[in-house]
Formats: sequence, structure tokens, C-alpha cells
Amino acid sequence: MTTLPLDGGATPPHSTPLPEDVQLVQRLRDGDESAFELLLERYQTSMVNVALMYVRERAVAEDVVQETWVGVLQGLSRFEGRSSLKTWIFSILVNRAKTRAQREGRYVPISEFGNPDAESSEPAVSAERFNPGDHPRWPHHWTSAAMPRSWDEIPEEHLLSQETRDVIRRAIESLPPNQREVITLRDVQEWASDEVCNVLGISETNQRVLLHRARAKVRQALEQYLQRQD
Amino acid sequence: MASNELTCKELVELVTDYLEGVLPPAERRRFEEHLAGCQGCWNYLQQMRATIRLTGQLTEEAIEPQAREALLHVFRAWKNSGKV
Repeated sequence: MTTLPLDGGATPPHSTPLPEDVQLVQRLRDGDESAFELLLERYQTSMVNVALMYVRERAVAEDVVQETWVGVLQGLSRFEGRSSLKTWIFSILVNRAKTRAQREGRYVPISEFGNPDAESSEPAVSAERFNPGDHPRWPHHWTSAAMPRSWDEIPEEHLLSQETRDVIRRAIESLPPNQREVITLRDVQEWASDEVCNVLGISETNQRVLLHRARAKVRQALEQYLQRQD
Repeated sequence: MASNELTCKELVELVTDYLEGVLPPAERRRFEEHLAGCQGCWNYLQQMRATIRLTGQLTEEAIEPQAREALLHVFRAWKNSGKV
């Protein structure tokens, strides 16, 4: 166990600046509530949303998050800074949320071992929107009827409306769990791809395949919705 | 180069790799050459960018004061229990 510094004077010289994470962990160990508040501001909302990828009820998600914070505080002495503090916290969260979901029979753990190739016949865009391969002039090009339209003329307030958000939300909810995990972290939470790979324990390639499929389906849902409007 | 043009059907499967910046330079060139001459694929790529942007708008609300208080209690309890 390390000796805890009593005041700021114990901070090492700035010639060896500590990464922010190490400082934060030290402040937490020192019982500095403002460090904990900072983490809450930063991660609490995301954590609830991430927990909701696995458990359906908000109250359960919040409970899992609270459990996670207890785990984080109790595990502080084990944090070695080999991953970022964020990755470490969310890994604990994802483990706990999965455990809870499994207990409730909701989660089939496929993300770690899920082989995206198992679904590789799944195209981003339905094959019937393209000309057949024996088309005389434009094989495998968009058919003239199915060519994607520009969304530039759609008013921004419609794109940002509650209804449009609900379309996106429903599309994400109906994705297979491993695709839902990746798109939630990458595009809803706007994490970097290496953070997503670390927390979910998947390769970059695997992540990209899952992201590709997930985005394609959300785009399709949006296209159907937006074009029904005109 | 031109003999090996991408089709639209191929291009849509490369969109994520393109946006993620992981296409090898030659592939990237083929991708962009196709885009330059294909309104449908251009629109598709722009739709995908819009999809990503709008998905990013889903994040919501600040932390609820009640939840915050409960968690600060957790912290204080941990602190008072002698911590690690």
C-alpha cells in the first residue's frame, strides 16, 4: 500500500507529469469527493445508457451502475493504469450488466466470440436495388428507381425531431446485440474505436464489420421513414 | 485503373472502411473515383454521414440530482469504511 500524500505538496515534480487518470485515482484514494463528482459528471449518463444495452429497465440499469461505482471504489488499489480509467470503469460496468442480464435471461453472450462472418451474407443494401450482373451497360449499379436520394432538402428541424430520433432508437434496439453494442458506443456515445474494442474485447476488424452492419440498418430505417414523408 | 472500376454494390460495402480511414490508398482512390461520377453513391455516402450525425444526437439528459446524491452517499460510505 502506498503512502497517501496529505496535500498538494506531495504531487511529483512536473518534469514527470502524471497522466490525468493517475491523478484522479490518487485523489479518489485520498477521499476527495470532487474527484468522484467529476467522474459522475463525465460518465454517469453514459454508464446508464451503456447498461441499458443489456438490461431493459432503467431502474435496473441505474442499480447496475451504482454497483459498478462500488466496484470501482473498492478496486481502486488494483487500477494500474494499463488501460485508461474510462475503459477500466466501463469494462467493470459491461461485465456487471451482462451478468445481470444473463441472470434475467436477457443476454446471450456472443459479442466476444461472435463471428461476424456468420452473417456475412447480409448486404448493407438490399440486392434488388442494384442491376443484375448481366446488365448490358451498368451491372451492379443502382437501378434508376432505387438510387439513393439526397437528404439535403430535408429541413433540419425534421431531421432532429423527436420522431426521427425515435426511428433511430427503434432501429438500434432491433439490432442483434453485438451490433447494438458497437453502434451505441461508437455513434451514440461517440467513443473512439480502440475504446470500444477494449471494453467489448473485440478486434478492430470485428468492430468495423459490426459497425458497418449496424449503420447500414439504421440508415435504411431512416431512409424509409424520411421518404415516407415526401 | 479504369478497367477495375468499383460497382455501386461493392462501394456500399466499403463505406464504413472509407469513413474509418482504413482503406488502402489504391482502394481509396477507386472509391473516390467512383463517387465522383455516381450521384447515387454520393447520396448514399452523404446519407450515411447524416445517419452517424443524427445517431450522435441521441445522447441525452444530465445526471439526475437524486441519482447524484445517492452516488455521493456511496462515495462517503466507502470513504468512511476505511476505503481499500
